[in-house]
Amino acid sequence: MKIIVCIKQVPERDAQVRIASSGKWIEESDLQYAMNESDAYALEEALQLKEKHGGEVVVLSAGPERAGTTIREALAKGADRAIQVESDTLNQLDALGVAQLLANAAKQESPDLVLTGLQSDDLGYGQTGVIMAEIMGLPHASLILNVEKTDSGITVKRELEEGWFQNIELPLPAVLMIQSGGTKLRYATLMGIKKAKTKELKKLSATELGQPAAPAAALDKITQPQKQKSTQIISGSAKEAAATLVEKLKFEVRVI
Amino acid sequence: MSGVYVVLEDRNGRFGRISFEAIAAANILAAQSGSKPTAIVIGAQTEALAAEAATKNVGKVVRIEHALLSPYTPDGYAAALQQFIAAESPDYIVFPHTYQVRDYAPALAARLGRVLIGDVTQIADGPVFIRSLMQGRLSGSYKSTGGPTLVSVQSGAFRAEDAQSSPAEITTFAPNIEASQIRTKPGEPFRGTAQTVDLGSAPMIVAVGRGIREESNLNLVQDLAASLGAEIAASRPICDNGWLPIERQVGSSGQTVAPKLYVAVGISGAIQHLVGMKGSQCIVAINKDAEAPIFEVADYGIVGDLFEVVPALTEAVKSAKL
Ligand SMILES: Cc1cc2nc3c(=O)[nH]c(=O)nc-3n(C[C@H](O)[C@H](O)[C@H](O)COP(=O)(O)OP(=O)(O)OC[C@H]3O[C@@H](n4cnc5c(N)ncnc54)[C@H](O)[C@@H]3O)c2cc1C
Ligand SMILES: Nc1ncnc2c1ncn2[C@@H]1O[C@H](COP(=O)(O)O)[C@@H](O)[C@H]1O
Repeated sequence: MKIIVCIKQVPERDAQVRIASSGKWIEESDLQYAMNESDAYALEEALQLKEKHGGEVVVLSAGPERAGTTIREALAKGADRAIQVESDTLNQLDALGVAQLLANAAKQESPDLVLTGLQSDDLGYGQTGVIMAEIMGLPHASLILNVEKTDSGITVKRELEEGWFQNIELPLPAVLMIQSGGTKLRYATLMGIKKAKTKELKKLSATELGQPAAPAAALDKITQPQKQKSTQIISGSAKEAAATLVEKLKFEVRVI
Repeated sequence: MSGVYVVLEDRNGRFGRISFEAIAAANILAAQSGSKPTAIVIGAQTEALAAEAATKNVGKVVRIEHALLSPYTPDGYAAALQQFIAAESPDYIVFPHTYQVRDYAPALAARLGRVLIGDVTQIADGPVFIRSLMQGRLSGSYKSTGGPTLVSVQSGAFRAEDAQSSPAEITTFAPNIEASQIRTKPGEPFRGTAQTVDLGSAPMIVAVGRGIREESNLNLVQDLAASLGAEIAASRPICDNGWLPIERQVGSSGQTVAPKLYVAVGISGAIQHLVGMKGSQCIVAINKDAEAPIFEVADYGIVGDLFEVVPALTEAVKSAKL
């Protein structure tokens, strides 16, 4: 099976994100970046399918130069090669625009399976994979935890709300959006990290892939969330704060 | 034609609360033109659903009905709604932000050359659609350029409206769908592992998140839970890692709880976690990041290192009980 895995580089989880002076984006200087969490699960699912059935795992990532470090991380974990759609202006597109770039790059590879993460940890549109499927003319399923290959295609386990699941059969080729937690993530080995340096990383410019659509939904402004509820913040040392909290739990909340 | 439409979603013949919240959001948009939204029910047999929808605060109800619309498939729903939209040219279509909507609405939008403005928490004048960015740490304001505009609303963000007295008019729309258009074959829903803990009835819960860093640190929160006599629960990453069983996961894909006391330790407060616990009577958050969204729903907060605060709290609870 030839599997494409879409991987996005996003600000690291604990990074302090600040709003840029334009008010339309975040301040990117001195931010740390990491692999989007659900994409790591998509990569793991792809690597396990390859280990079982053979084939190739190709990483596809759109982003500026810096995304290269996240791509190398995926190669170090075992992906065979990578394609980077280089663009510094992705944040001017919406999910449809980015999906068009990714779908056009993916089409050139004629994959059997395209995996994306369920949702990006920065913009959180939760759509890119579904839109790619639509552009590529392929069936899709989202919120997928596991993938089994069958004689006629694949059977996937889809998460439903409140602890329910469902199996779905799809023909190949298909596009899946992968939810976290279906498999256990591997770490890159030293050997893997070494090998990653020699693996192919093909760069495509966004302009080569055709002009993406102007945004149907434009991000106009970024702001701090409005505070809704006033939390009583308990200050002091850990010990003092703990003592005060216990007083409150005893005399105000009455649970102790 | 034009106007505001709202797609209602049922599970086993019943609407979820989030569908009524979507009606409220649709009414905000419809009020701009002094009208009421039209509710859409979709399925193979929609008569009873339509009758219920007609008692809600909507101007009309449309039944989009076809044998191939049950069970749900993204291909079936996208094809049916695409035809309906072609016939009616709506300005706005509002959806509840459910897992099902996440699965088909982006495909529908793409067929129309549009995107879904998803998981919206607020609609301001303009209209401007506000949704979370960076896992709830920032808010983004979106404007739609052109139409139709597809919007999905976050669970709990809009107040579900009361019913109206005289039922709305009901019409039917029959889409053309061929079996060959439906490329995926869904199976029956099933439950995960047998539930052996019922967090729903626990009076106190101590929940742990990724701030705990390692599995071997879990004993810190287990000690706190034991001192309080509380059940232990977790955010998704803890269960994803296999550190606690999935039946202890709280949130949209786990359990919904409403204890007297919910202590969130090292949990950031992503919306998918909050929907599972924000109904708790008293919420305590312990987090080193004063900006963490969990403090939005907490009654009491301690901003600090959980590795210092949690052991101190365990001791304080123990001595209070002596
Ligand atoms: C469709 C979907 C369904 C989902 N379902 C669920 C669900 O059911 N339940 C759920 O929980 N999530 C769910 N999620 C995931 C959710 O979006 C978040 O990713 C998750 O809740 C984050 O978990 P967390 O708060 O433990 O981790 P993080 O977001 O990583 O937060 C860790 C927190 O710990 C704090 N911290 C770190 N170190 C310390 C320290 N030493 N002392 C004190 N504080 C510290 C940090 O400041 C941070 O706030 C779902 C996501 C999607 C897309
Ligand atoms: N710039 C990108 N490069 C590679 N993959 C992406 C990019 N943007 C989104 N994706 C993929 O699409 C998924 C969903 O993203 P989103 O629709 O933004 O929530 C992500 O988890 C990635 O797998």
